[in-house]
Amino acid sequence: MTSLAGTHSLSKYFNGVVALGDFSCTVAEGEILGLLGPNGAGKTTLFNVLTGLLSPDAGTADFKGQALVGRPVHKIANLGIARTFQEVRLIRRITVLENVLLCFKNQPGEKLFNVFFRPGLCKRHEAMIRGKAMALLETAGLIEKANDLADNLSYGQQKLLSIVCCLAADAELLLLDEPVAGIAPEMAERILAIIADLPKLGKSAIVIEHDMDALKSIAHRMIFMDAGRKICEGTPDEVLNDPRVIEAYLD
Amino acid sequence: MEYLLHIGELVCILAVLAIALDIVTGHMGFVSVSHAAFYGIGAYCSALLAVLCGAGFVVALLIGVFLSFLMSFFVSLPSLRLHDDFFVIATFGFQMILFNVFNNWIELTRGPLGIYGILPPVIFGWHVTTNLDFLILSLLFVAFAFFVVNRIASSPFGRVLHAIRENEVTVGALAKNARRYKVSAFAVSAMLAAMAGSLYAHYITYIDPTSFTINESILVLSMVIIGGAGSKWGPLLGAVVLVTLPEALRFVGMPSAIAANMRQIIYGLALVACMLWRPQGLIGEYTFGREGERK
Repeated sequence: MTSLAGTHSLSKYFNGVVALGDFSCTVAEGEILGLLGPNGAGKTTLFNVLTGLLSPDAGTADFKGQALVGRPVHKIANLGIARTFQEVRLIRRITVLENVLLCFKNQPGEKLFNVFFRPGLCKRHEAMIRGKAMALLETAGLIEKANDLADNLSYGQQKLLSIVCCLAADAELLLLDEPVAGIAPEMAERILAIIADLPKLGKSAIVIEHDMDALKSIAHRMIFMDAGRKICEGTPDEVLNDPRVIEAYLD
Repeated sequence: MEYLLHIGELVCILAVLAIALDIVTGHMGFVSVSHAAFYGIGAYCSALLAVLCGAGFVVALLIGVFLSFLMSFFVSLPSLRLHDDFFVIATFGFQMILFNVFNNWIELTRGPLGIYGILPPVIFGWHVTTNLDFLILSLLFVAFAFFVVNRIASSPFGRVLHAIRENEVTVGALAKNARRYKVSAFAVSAMLAAMAGSLYAHYITYIDPTSFTINESILVLSMVIIGGAGSKWGPLLGAVVLVTLPEALRFVGMPSAIAANMRQIIYGLALVACMLWRPQGLIGEYTFGREGERK
């Protein structure tokens, strides 16, 4: 498997507190990498650095051979990295369907010139992505909610929708921040099934999750981190049986 | 009858302004108090071209709109980095600067004396002279502004504006350059406002800086919010209500000296009442403000 993305000696400090310390990792094409660690271990900081929301104090990150550090957020997203947020950030006062439509990249109707002078092109493209969006919502089991406001979805459905949005963006790397935390078991299973299928679509993912059983069921490889540093790395069994991990989680 | 036509005129001109502002305020969620400045740019530019160079209505209008388009970047490029109250203050600053330019650049604008003798428009052989002709022309302007804004609002471009209104960070994560959308939307809005200004100059045939003050900006903003920000008919309704309501005072026998003050009170009361009981405006759907601030 060839490497899709990687970080090299990333460091990030917040007022002297180490959020990321000399952190290196890679994710291969079609791989699901699980990221484990106590609160404040720097997992979300890693996502924020990878997506350009934070700039690191040292180190580099790359995706498909392109350097990520210093690139604006929207350009990084355009390269093919999509993410979900721990606290679920959907656009709440537009419909579920519109949320999905919003995620498609490079729509001709997003340019004012096309809106006024090439309405036919815009209409055709809109119909095309609308079909794709409905198909994605159908697969995810959200089709009957398509015209509801995103705000009216349950928490679990919102998490599901945020993953559907990543699929609509057709990203090659998905960064999923606690995709099944705090939601009902059957909804969690639906979400885990979608994540487990990502490699079949040629996509990779880095998944942050505290639910170790859930993470074990989908991850090919795991990294355990604490205080911004990588403590251990390996197959799910290796990591979950590592004494340092057991200690951290049983305390 | 002439009086009614005149009121109709004013409604139309202010409706164009309110519809223009609605792109920025209703659809994109940025409160701007600089629209009277763009209105003034359109009015002054086309008045000066008409009076000094004898330019026709259409040419003067287009040049005014183009100048307003250029000026919009002076506001949007630096200030669209700002949010909420800070953006309001930035647009307020621009409004103040422009008012002072109109008022103090005596050589060009004749300052407080104003510019008079602007001839009524002639559009491809159509001499717009009577009030009825003007009303028809103004209605065409309203229809045009309405078409432009609704076309934008229902397009994928508009979808991104709505997303910016709710949560700008998320928009970046969706591979959209929020800045580009904001700058373009602001430019369109400024151009439509300049159109209204050009129309106003040719209708009244006399302009002076007092028509382009911060009060005018706030009046237009009130129309958008009271009518229903971000809704299809809201700004139009807002313009109708806020122009006709104070006019009604004339018919209850109130002396004009008191009526002028009452007008300000009515605007203020209407705005406060709206914020308290109907934050989505008369016919709007969404509560004004970002999602984090509601409830």
